[in-house]
Amino acid sequence: MGNSRFGIYGGQYIPETLMNEILHLEESYERYRRDPDFVAELAALNAEYAGRPSLLYFAEKMTRDLGGAKIYLKREDLNHTGSHKINNVLGQVLLAKRMGKTRVIAETGAGQHGVATATAAALLDMECEIFMGKEDTQRQALNVYRMRLLGAKVHEVTSGTMTLKDAVNETMREWTARVFDTHYVMGSVMGPHPFPKIVRDFQSVISQEARQQILEKEGKLPTLVTACVGGGSNAMGMFYHFIPDQDVQLVGCEAAGEGIDTPRHAAAIARGRLGIFHGMKSYFCQDEAGQITPVYSISAGLDYPGIGPEHAALHDSGRARYVPITDEEAVCAFEYLARTEGIICAIESAHAVAYVRKVASRMKPDEIVIICLSGRGDKDVAAIAQYRGENIHE
Amino acid sequence: MSKIANAFQNGKAFIPFLTAGDPSLEWTETFLLEMVRAGADLIEIGIPFSDPIAEGVVIQEANLRALSAGTTPEKIFQMVASVRQKTDIPLVFLTYINPVFNYGYEKFLARCAELGVDGLILPDLPYEEKGEIVYAAKRHGVDIISLIAPTSEQRIGKIASEATGYLYIVSSMGVTGVRSEIRTDLPAILKVVRENSTIPAAVGFGINTPQQAYEISRYADGVIVGSAIVRIIEKYGSEAAPHVYEYVKTMKEAMRRD
Repeated sequence: MGNSRFGIYGGQYIPETLMNEILHLEESYERYRRDPDFVAELAALNAEYAGRPSLLYFAEKMTRDLGGAKIYLKREDLNHTGSHKINNVLGQVLLAKRMGKTRVIAETGAGQHGVATATAAALLDMECEIFMGKEDTQRQALNVYRMRLLGAKVHEVTSGTMTLKDAVNETMREWTARVFDTHYVMGSVMGPHPFPKIVRDFQSVISQEARQQILEKEGKLPTLVTACVGGGSNAMGMFYHFIPDQDVQLVGCEAAGEGIDTPRHAAAIARGRLGIFHGMKSYFCQDEAGQITPVYSISAGLDYPGIGPEHAALHDSGRARYVPITDEEAVCAFEYLARTEGIICAIESAHAVAYVRKVASRMKPDEIVIICLSGRGDKDVAAIAQYRGENIHE
Repeated sequence: MSKIANAFQNGKAFIPFLTAGDPSLEWTETFLLEMVRAGADLIEIGIPFSDPIAEGVVIQEANLRALSAGTTPEKIFQMVASVRQKTDIPLVFLTYINPVFNYGYEKFLARCAELGVDGLILPDLPYEEKGEIVYAAKRHGVDIISLIAPTSEQRIGKIASEATGYLYIVSSMGVTGVRSEIRTDLPAILKVVRENSTIPAAVGFGINTPQQAYEISRYADGVIVGSAIVRIIEKYGSEAAPHVYEYVKTMKEAMRRD
């Protein structure tokens, strides 16, 4: 089988019970990604169902207001189900079906991946169960109900810190119990090989389109491409086809929560250390004894103690840079984009918007920035109101 | 050959597991010595981890209780040093790869060797990744215990042929925890194991009654019990010692029935 690593990162650190399944997944993926019928069916779903290609929108008012680089938004928020998650999920559920599976399970943080998985399962006639930390089911109650409407069973995870990492633990445990008929639809570029590669490949449609779109609109490549990073799937998708373009800066925005000098953040690159967890060697927030530490971000989708192995490798090589963005900066950017462009984006994506607000004015007018707007923000409205001291009912 | 072989000299081996530091390391030491007195042949000591993905809820909660009590690998080493003055029973650590990686493989295994810990079980280190640690383990004479699962199929041969210490045969799908019924075709798995290896094979995951222990000991070399014991410790806390003793004694006796 192929290389399971990106430099020293990645690997397959999982229980023996899952090994044959993971090897079978790798083999199946290598086969179907070259299979013309599979490729055509996925392309048709992307075009007819998910609504691809997504727009590359010139944010003219934001550009004028910040007074520097020309800013474009890659509108993944306009995809069916409201985020980039659908790109990966359609591919994986289709693959699972080809592998003869009848049931899919997935973890979810903000609920976007859960909603996307439940959607694909409904469309492709698969049984679906979603694992979500209890704390997240409360922060994202609307998405829980959405998943139920789509026919999925939602399990509230009450172990550990009751957030995304615990949801991943429970989904892995469930997978070891029913690996024969079940596929684990991993939501990000993380976990054991081949998941980081599979998810990256399905998400790379973002940069494939964006690169072509910017060349059509501007006749040149951007100076900066940026996206938020939790596990890192939208960022990996947004970076991938720009990696060979050495002059394009790639910047991932990590959740700094209340600040990386407090214990309340989720910044695996800024504050994590090398470790092995959830099937992969990468950077993780952990204590001096190697226990995974509780992490925090206002954004449930970035509230994860690790980062995908390919990001860790891009960080080491210097090809991509990772910067921390606080809750406060993200909330201000969320409000700013709503007022300036009339776009309510996901609080996750607002981390990347916040970074561009800091740097755009220092760039020249002939330079171009592309922000991956990974999702829409309807799900976050109540939490933002609460952050600002207002209690509204969803 | 390590001391682990001794564990399989006294009939079929009974191998109890407990989580170090639950409810405290002082109690762990007491329970360990009670297990020895009751006839345990080898003891698996769990080093708690924040996210034990192969564990069911009983051992998950024991991990959290131990961590809340401030248990660290360093303190566990000190407890083992004290235990070692009182017994020479083979001891094996069970933990996840991250705490060991974080401590440093070389340093961790050196401590194991120095304290007379004979083996290490890492449920999230499959055959493909064992290169992480096997060379250092060999240098220090500590056995890395390999696991074989109901799904291992064509992998059994290669895992068994390179295994050291004993083989940990996972009886059931899913995570650890008490089960009323074991449905895996264990004799078929053990047949392939025997064809590829001469080291003992012990079966674990889900076993809790004397009857189950007896049945499994008819074809396996040992029986591993974790959750049932951790549940006794959870229920009785600092009063658990006599209950742990009784349970281990009953299980060992059930396996001597033939």
